[in-house]
Amino acid sequence: MRRPMFNLIPTLKAAAVAAALALAPAALDTGARAAEGGPGSGHDVIRIPDTKFTFDGIFGTFDRASVQRGFQVYKEVCSACHSLRQLSYRHLTGIGLTPSQVAAISSQFQVQDGPNDNGEMFERPARPSDRFRRPFANDAAARAANNGALPPDLSVMVKAREGGADYMHALLVGYEEPPPGVTVMEGMHYNKYFPGHQIAMAPPLNTDGQVTYADGTTATVDQMATDIASFLAWAAEPELEQRRAMGVRMIVFLTILGGLVYAVKRKIWSNLHGE
Amino acid sequence: MAAGPHEQHKLSDPDNDVRHLHDSKVENPVLRWIDQRMPVISMIQLEYGSFPTPRNFNYFWNFGALAMVTLAIMIATGVILSMQYTANTHLAFDSVERIMRDVNYGWLLRYAHSNGASMFFIVTYIHMWRTLYYGSYKSPRELLWMLGVVLFILMMATAFMGYVLPWGQMSFWGATVITNLFSALPLIGEHIVTWLWGGFSVDNPTLNRFFSLHFLLPFLIVGVTFLHVVALHITGSNNPLGIEPKTKKDTIPFHPYYTVKDSVGIVVYFIVFAILVFFMPNYLGHPDNYIPANPLVTPAHIVPEWYFLPFYAILRAVPDKLGGVALMGGALVILFFLPWLDGSPVRSMRFRPIAKWLFLLWTVNFFVLGWVGGKPAEQPYILIAQIGTAYYFAYFLVLLPLLAKFEKPLPLPESIASAVLKRRGGGPLPAGATAKPMEKA
Repeated sequence: MRRPMFNLIPTLKAAAVAAALALAPAALDTGARAAEGGPGSGHDVIRIPDTKFTFDGIFGTFDRASVQRGFQVYKEVCSACHSLRQLSYRHLTGIGLTPSQVAAISSQFQVQDGPNDNGEMFERPARPSDRFRRPFANDAAARAANNGALPPDLSVMVKAREGGADYMHALLVGYEEPPPGVTVMEGMHYNKYFPGHQIAMAPPLNTDGQVTYADGTTATVDQMATDIASFLAWAAEPELEQRRAMGVRMIVFLTILGGLVYAVKRKIWSNLHGE
Repeated sequence: MAAGPHEQHKLSDPDNDVRHLHDSKVENPVLRWIDQRMPVISMIQLEYGSFPTPRNFNYFWNFGALAMVTLAIMIATGVILSMQYTANTHLAFDSVERIMRDVNYGWLLRYAHSNGASMFFIVTYIHMWRTLYYGSYKSPRELLWMLGVVLFILMMATAFMGYVLPWGQMSFWGATVITNLFSALPLIGEHIVTWLWGGFSVDNPTLNRFFSLHFLLPFLIVGVTFLHVVALHITGSNNPLGIEPKTKKDTIPFHPYYTVKDSVGIVVYFIVFAILVFFMPNYLGHPDNYIPANPLVTPAHIVPEWYFLPFYAILRAVPDKLGGVALMGGALVILFFLPWLDGSPVRSMRFRPIAKWLFLLWTVNFFVLGWVGGKPAEQPYILIAQIGTAYYFAYFLVLLPLLAKFEKPLPLPESIASAVLKRRGGGPLPAGATAKPMEKA
């Protein structure tokens, strides 16, 4: 009689299920993540604290009010240095603004157009179809105005950094005095969440009430940081809500379909029994 | 116009050296007319309808069909994406973002395509693992296996060039690192790299040719897949017992039994795919690829996509550049010789008590290589990569040839049918022969 063999397939199945269960929360959880330090920082692992966002998790959606406040912070603070070049003003209908509100916003900005019939470039108020106006004509101008540092474009910043929106929030509240023994280079600032800890950007949100919110929300630094992180999360993934809603419908549909197909399979294969 | 009986007889006389119409059994006259002249309907009936297939496949035998489904999805989404993508170093990144924002369901197309690449490798790795575990590469299926290795290498090339197209930081630096590997070749290396780049660095000409090749290679994959399937349908499929069907009782028609069993797998596959695309579309990617390519700033760690990591670990295992390139190439090329390295006449690892464990160790080792491939090239990871690389090759070059000589295989069942029916039928059974739920269904 043959000895019992190692039963491979159920073991693998169990391992796959266990791996999937272990992987899913790690991936779906937007909780604390570790960002590795940059070159020269050794391997000091920086823990990014978890910020509660309404768009966390698989059913999360954007808090329209927070995203709109974040847009206000971007407009009044960040946009002095940072572009948002993948966005047009018309995209702002995605954060709950009406087309007329969007038109009112875009008309506040002057953009260059042309050439006209005389071959000259001219300035005109921006239309909703225009891209967000950039603070600098080109990268060289941006560097010249910022001590040689280039303020990065923020369109997909949330997707371009380990930790995403949590990292954005952490960075904006992470400025502090350098610990004893650490010297910060000329023109740099100490930030406990920035890889390498020395960041060229001066603390952009430094006093409560720096922005006067139209909806009366108290503009603490933490509140402003949360709002701008929400706005940038939307800017990076404007499709997020549609994507997740479609995903839920897909999974429900596929699960039902899978049950039916499996039942059909069982029925068809039962023909073979006793053969 | 139906031919007269006399003429019909002459046309279809196989002894006559004249081309003849196919003797179609299709009843519908219009379809029969087509089938006589171009017997695709008969062929589908023969190859996917009544095709005799071993009755004991487990769900590992779904993965060939799943790879085919993935290929179709990749070509469909890719062709549409190419209508919106711009292969120019100044425009590529923004054109991808435009697809994500302004093209109707562009985000769905792009995420399906980028995660589809991961699904393709998941499915293909499992398909290959199945082949290794059940010895499907052995005679008479050597050519089938070798065509599969060709497909795997074509897939790797296609995926690598596709990853360059969004022109993010990892695109640019990945392309730089990988194309630079050719510079390890003595004498001609530098010239080959310049020729590949179309200049003196990875730049616009590189991006343009990668786009062109990324569009071309999938159609080569389609062609080789066709040959792969032709070869499969000559030898027929292997099965979990690794013994050939002997009588009609050992096989069942492909349709409806395996069409429906593949359908179950396809739905499960789409559930996994949907979880990736809709809920974690960037999980398998790298955040740095959302930073536009910048030749002046090198990322802290350049890592390839996850599916290349085991081979990347082998590449970096030795300090010598040419040695690393040779080992990485060798890790793929050695697969072509596998049918002759493994001389054991027993296919399925179920009946190979020692080889099974050494192969499972090889599998774990492959994952370990993947893990160190994503780590910085420093100790202790280099040492782990070296041990892993040694075992990767030793398994093929030393252990398999030795096992063929010294391993005593377990007795094989008389036939597929006897094994299946014994397992199903009542009566006292050896403990290990019961409870294989995935095959029972």
